[in-house]
Amino acid sequence: MAPLRRSSTLRLTGLLCLLFLVFFSRGFASHDVVSEKSSGTIQEDSHSQANSTAHEKTFPVLSFNYEHVRTPFEISLWILLALFMKLGFHIIPTVSHIVPESCLLIFVGLLVGGIIKATGEQPPVLDSSLFFLYLLPPIILDAGYFLPMRSFTENIGTILMFAVVGTLWNVFFIGGMMYAVCQIDAAELAHVDLLSCLLFGSIISAVDPVSVLAVFEEIHINELLHILVFGESLLNDAVTVVLYHLFKEFAHEQTITVTGAILGVISFFVVSLGGVMVGVIYGIVGAFTSRFTSYSRVIEPLFVFLYSYMAYLSAEIFHLSGIMSLIACGVIMRPYVEANISHKSYTTVKYFLKMWSSVSDTLIFIFLGVSTVAGPHTWNWTFVIFTVIFCLVSRVLGVIGLTAFINKFRIVKLTKKDQFIIAYGGLRGAIAFSLGFLLDNGEIKNLFLTAIITVIFFTVFVQGMTIRPLVELLAVKKKKESKESINEEIHTQFLDHLLTGIEDICGHYGHHHWKDKLNRFNKTYVKRWLIAGERSTEPQLISFYNKMELKQAMMMVESGSAAKLPTIVSTVSIRNVQTKGAPKPSRAISKSREEEIRRLLRANLQKTRQRLRSYSRYELLNDALEDNISEARFRKQREMERRMSHYLTVPANRQETPPVRKVFFQPEHKVYTYDDSESPRGWASPSCADDVSELKETPEKPDQSSTPRANRDAELKPKEQDDQGDQLKVSRCLSDPGPNPEDDEDSTFLP
Amino acid sequence: MGALQSLPGRPEYSDLAEKTGFSFEQIGVLHKRFKQLSHNEETLRRDHFNEIHDLAFNPIRAQIIEAFFDRRNFHQDGEGKVQEIGFEEFVVVMSHFRPPSDHMTEEQREKTRREKLRFLFNMHDTDNDGTITLEEYRHVVEELLSRSGTLEKETAKCIADAAMLEVASISVGHMEPDEFYEGITFEHFLKLLDGFEIESRMTIRFLNMDTTTLCK
Repeated sequence: MAPLRRSSTLRLTGLLCLLFLVFFSRGFASHDVVSEKSSGTIQEDSHSQANSTAHEKTFPVLSFNYEHVRTPFEISLWILLALFMKLGFHIIPTVSHIVPESCLLIFVGLLVGGIIKATGEQPPVLDSSLFFLYLLPPIILDAGYFLPMRSFTENIGTILMFAVVGTLWNVFFIGGMMYAVCQIDAAELAHVDLLSCLLFGSIISAVDPVSVLAVFEEIHINELLHILVFGESLLNDAVTVVLYHLFKEFAHEQTITVTGAILGVISFFVVSLGGVMVGVIYGIVGAFTSRFTSYSRVIEPLFVFLYSYMAYLSAEIFHLSGIMSLIACGVIMRPYVEANISHKSYTTVKYFLKMWSSVSDTLIFIFLGVSTVAGPHTWNWTFVIFTVIFCLVSRVLGVIGLTAFINKFRIVKLTKKDQFIIAYGGLRGAIAFSLGFLLDNGEIKNLFLTAIITVIFFTVFVQGMTIRPLVELLAVKKKKESKESINEEIHTQFLDHLLTGIEDICGHYGHHHWKDKLNRFNKTYVKRWLIAGERSTEPQLISFYNKMELKQAMMMVESGSAAKLPTIVSTVSIRNVQTKGAPKPSRAISKSREEEIRRLLRANLQKTRQRLRSYSRYELLNDALEDNISEARFRKQREMERRMSHYLTVPANRQETPPVRKVFFQPEHKVYTYDDSESPRGWASPSCADDVSELKETPEKPDQSSTPRANRDAELKPKEQDDQGDQLKVSRCLSDPGPNPEDDEDSTFLP
Repeated sequence: MGALQSLPGRPEYSDLAEKTGFSFEQIGVLHKRFKQLSHNEETLRRDHFNEIHDLAFNPIRAQIIEAFFDRRNFHQDGEGKVQEIGFEEFVVVMSHFRPPSDHMTEEQREKTRREKLRFLFNMHDTDNDGTITLEEYRHVVEELLSRSGTLEKETAKCIADAAMLEVASISVGHMEPDEFYEGITFEHFLKLLDGFEIESRMTIRFLNMDTTTLCK
């Protein structure tokens, strides 16, 4: 009962805030007239009575000047509104299960628009330049930066087919059919000529990435379908841009010439390839810049954002495809930038992108709703109904036809179910609306806008709402839980090499051969230039491995209690794997070996890519002491993790193997007096007894002793000890003389 | 097309085609390649493989070549290695990489999966004892990393250890501290790469056309 009441009060509060916001802004609108007049009079007075004192004019202790801050104030209000709505929908779970978020947001937009109109004001319309310059880029950059490259490149042929041929088919089919409809006398649409219809077709055919993202994200469909529909929505931008400009030109001239058509085809290639090239150039420059940003880590994320935004704007200058430029920039930049920038910057980039795209997305849908209420509408039943029907029909026909063709070339064929989802997922959205808005004013424009809005509403509401139950009904494969498995990664790499080898033996240069060549080229030349330092030679398997291990560590640290265990619980430990025939640990290790190991570890260790509440120690070593206190805190957390790892029967592999982690654990063990009573390690292994005794046994170095799990990983132990000592010394040098053991123990001990 | 007619031993092809599932054209192309590699001799030896220029950059080259000479991959229930192989064995090994045909029953798909995973397993299990031991797995990872520069042995070891533990956790789940995990058996291997979709990933496109003359 209580949560319900709370949520309804929240809703009420939200609604009140909403009304307040609206009235507030309206009130200000009328206020500024008054304030202007008053300030005018005050000035006059002061002029005419230059030298006199103490007239009726008093010094304004509190004045009111809204005009000054009007624009940023209102923008902030709108964004706040958007955020409140987003928050509200997630607090009330019941509604958001049935209705996708985009629908709710449009609905809110309608409401707000209605309220504003009711108060007599003119509601703001989604201005095209606002949309294209400010609202769209963050969403596209977010999508492009985190595009799953492997599945994208594997399916690039299919995606391009759908994007280019599919969109072309849609344009001409819809344009043609609508022209046929306009010929019907009963519809009173005779004034709409063929070119206008084709123009309309080009606006309405493109699948919209914003809507696709918004809806598909919630249904967690399998990766193949997701990348097909989403990739298509991104790449069809080039086609849309070209056709739109082409038909607009033609509509102006009122003629179609053959040269015009040929130029159109050429222009398509120029627009798409040019856009990609612009993106690649900016991407490479950005990657190169990131090589030097170690001197000022704080501004690193800005480089990523600015280079990408500039790529978009530069492409827009020349009427090239801005979306493709943005995607290309993000894709090219990412591997090199990620290798260069610090962990914190990476997190910043990731979260800023997510944040901006989320806000943009929300604002777009709300504005769509508001614009619907605002704009002048010309409702023509025939036109609108037929538009909707033809959009659906052409999409279905297009998908079926193309799939029949594409399946001849695919290894993994697209089934009927897949085709249905692809067809059903062709959602239209705000891009279509904005493009329509850019048309010259006139009756036709209003007619088109109305139809566009209806189609958008139809796709978002009807298709968006029903796609989830349909996915369940058809039992479409869902996104499988990505359990990052080191074995899968090993075998992925192994397979890559194996297949390349087999292709070479077979003697035909296939897909794997070229991919391998590209990788080799990348490794030998490009990485040297674009990645700073030793990271440039780090093989992918090692990066993956380090990434995974650290992720596990952080997961454990953050979960913070036994309640949130990782799913696989097993008591298998490294001893089980290695006992047989493992040589007795030899304590003596050469200095050079130790050097090697240390260098190797430092060079290979990848900065953690996951959420890291504290600061990475490696970060500190490399980044010159950003925060000494956090280093101590980090050590505490490592200790916590270490304790938990004994207390809980989590998969031992996550803790045992990497010497990296061991290195930083062992010191803590000695810093904090360790006795059996503290951590119930009895579960973990009977070797505890041995460990403790060994603890007392061999004080090799003043601060160290043999590691508790000496038998487990024989060879690595001895090296670690020396390593630990040095690492500890280094860290001690760099920081305050370390935390007080007693204090730490008290504050970090887990309840 | 004319070149195909001149290829000898057409009836032989139908046997092979039936056994391996390749089409006549594909077998013809492979035969040409075989002749090219073996310099028109009847059998291929290891040094013939070593001559292939492109393979030089491949980190797991040795294992790939060994796989061709491994009796276990000939589908004849043999064991051990041979020194030279004929065309039939060549095609049989190649058939492991055929894409799954369109109309396959679930059973056939499962069979293909097992076959391909068996091939991979054989590549890892060099001493042919039916399990991939820790040493063998370490060797695999080392080879994978062998091309990428300096001392990677330690990290390779850690990776292999971690991977082994993962297999153990997945397959066995609960082990007493003094129990010993022998190695990855074929069943464990199957379980491990369950979600890997190997039947579509471990494939290359076999062309019906002869492109060997276009490339070295």
